[in-house]
Amino acid sequence: MTKDAMIEFRDVHKYYGDYHALRGITGTIRPGEFFSLLGPSGCGKTTLLRTIAGFEDISSGAVLVDGRDMAGVPANKRPTNMVFQSYAIFPHLSVEENVGFGLRRDSRSKEEKARAVGEALEMVGLKGYGKRAAHALSGGQRQRVALARALILKPKVLLLDEPLSALDKKMREQMQVELIRLQRQVGITFILVTHDQEEALVMSDRIAVMFEGEIAQLADPETLYRRPNSRKVADFIGTMNFLPAKVLSEGGDAVEIDAAGFGRIHIEAQQVMGGATAEGATVGFRPETLTILYEGSAATDRESMATIEEVVYFGDMTYYDVRIDGTESPVRISMRNVFGRPVLDRGARARVGWSPGALVLFR
Amino acid sequence: MKSPVFRSYAIIYLIFLYAPIVLLPIFAFNDSKVIAFPLQGFTTAWFVEMWEDETLWNAVQNSLIISVSVAVISTLLGLFAARSTTRFQFPAKAGIMGLIMLPMVLPEMILAMALLVVLLAIGINLSLVTIILGHVLVCTPFAVAILSSAFQSLDKSLEEAAYDLGETPISTFWLIVLPLVMPGIISSLLICFTISLDEFIISYFLGGTDTVLSVYIYGQFRFPAKVPAIMALGTILVLLSITLLATAEYFRRRGIAKAGGKDSGGFL
Repeated sequence: MTKDAMIEFRDVHKYYGDYHALRGITGTIRPGEFFSLLGPSGCGKTTLLRTIAGFEDISSGAVLVDGRDMAGVPANKRPTNMVFQSYAIFPHLSVEENVGFGLRRDSRSKEEKARAVGEALEMVGLKGYGKRAAHALSGGQRQRVALARALILKPKVLLLDEPLSALDKKMREQMQVELIRLQRQVGITFILVTHDQEEALVMSDRIAVMFEGEIAQLADPETLYRRPNSRKVADFIGTMNFLPAKVLSEGGDAVEIDAAGFGRIHIEAQQVMGGATAEGATVGFRPETLTILYEGSAATDRESMATIEEVVYFGDMTYYDVRIDGTESPVRISMRNVFGRPVLDRGARARVGWSPGALVLFR
Repeated sequence: MKSPVFRSYAIIYLIFLYAPIVLLPIFAFNDSKVIAFPLQGFTTAWFVEMWEDETLWNAVQNSLIISVSVAVISTLLGLFAARSTTRFQFPAKAGIMGLIMLPMVLPEMILAMALLVVLLAIGINLSLVTIILGHVLVCTPFAVAILSSAFQSLDKSLEEAAYDLGETPISTFWLIVLPLVMPGIISSLLICFTISLDEFIISYFLGGTDTVLSVYIYGQFRFPAKVPAIMALGTILVLLSITLLATAEYFRRRGIAKAGGKDSGGFL
């Protein structure tokens, strides 16, 4: 296990006085992986990142980097480098002095260092910016300087603390793509801290979703999206509809449930999340797993009748809030708009198609 | 605010504030021993008289020794205080900082009297050293105020970044922190120097037989014949003070701009 782990957390706890910031973090991050720590503010994701960098001591447990216990190893001796949320560009130094800062203690010749700086700047698309003053750069450029400065030391792990949160939307999307490209190019393990679930889904090989100092689920983006292991994770990642359900019987691989609006259906055991409390379960499903069946369209696995309560038109998509017959609260359906197909009106009746395989049962 | 009442109030206020200072150079170049209008003609004789006064030079020398020492000591102390108050949490921090800043608003007379009583009681002879002690007490709060603002506009992650890139805490301080707060340090040195140079009460109380500039000037006013030369000296001091304070403010602002912060009102 240790062999396959670039980072390994072993029951990591962190207290600030009485406050229990990290509550027994265990898990591994693989070499060459783009890994994200995702969670709301105050969930401990930044604290966890800083324990890898060496800026936070842990109260108990162990953090291993490339198989080596980091206890007692100061930040300046760790094989990790960090890109800070504020970028932390040294304002009194030029771009090339910033990028070359980590090479100060390197024994290489001046020319070799200058070449390394040039290569690092070229890698982040800032070729020719070396002589500029750091404080005269734009947000996106600072970001790139910070990346070049951290990557020039060829760390085993690059730590990114909400690096895109200060950029505007367009710039952010551009940098997401560039970060993915950069990570593939250098092959270094990237660990990203973010509170933006979309960003985490787009960029990561695997994601650890954190709540209140604990990892709620650690999985690849598709699993997180399709099979969230709790209502909380389901709520945090994208939109999920919930309807009450009851477990009728379970045996072997199949579970029979009675879900409001859907009736009695069979689902597979792997669609069931949580322990075995019989009563009071909930089914969850994503808005795009439901379809409004227009006249003449082929039936899906199952269908129910519903009333359209709200229509939100987004151009390429339309969101319908519909109430399925026999249920109390409306659920959201997202439909891709197709040329020639009318957007339905509020109050209209519609057939809603769904599929048992897309459901998740939480209990 | 366009009311003529407010406007004339502002003008009268400014005249009252600055007219006496403007009179200094006027009478410094006036060819008469009497400080009164009408003016009698142009002369530089008072500057020559001032220049040849040996007790004045002695006082200037004493003042420079004191002011330079005070500037250096206060700025060093201010550096420690500002660093600890902006980076670390410790018990009773607000209370301790309050006590350090208190001499800024405490009447200097009280400070001077108390110090005099204590120094006499423990049998320390009054000298330049005792003046330096008193001045450090008064100047340190100013140094703390200036340097705190310099340290506050310093992003903590700059230090972490340097540390992360392989530097030790000491080399980080040397390479990152010091260059970025240097304008604040220069500004603090200049302000403390100026305050110490101008200071009278403590210098008078704790000076013993050593005379400093401010006390010397006060003493000269007993002799009407000496007053024009004092006017000449005053003219030079005004120019010197303005230059020093302007330089200090320039460095403070540059420091904030350099650290990428916004000017939050400032000290001057």
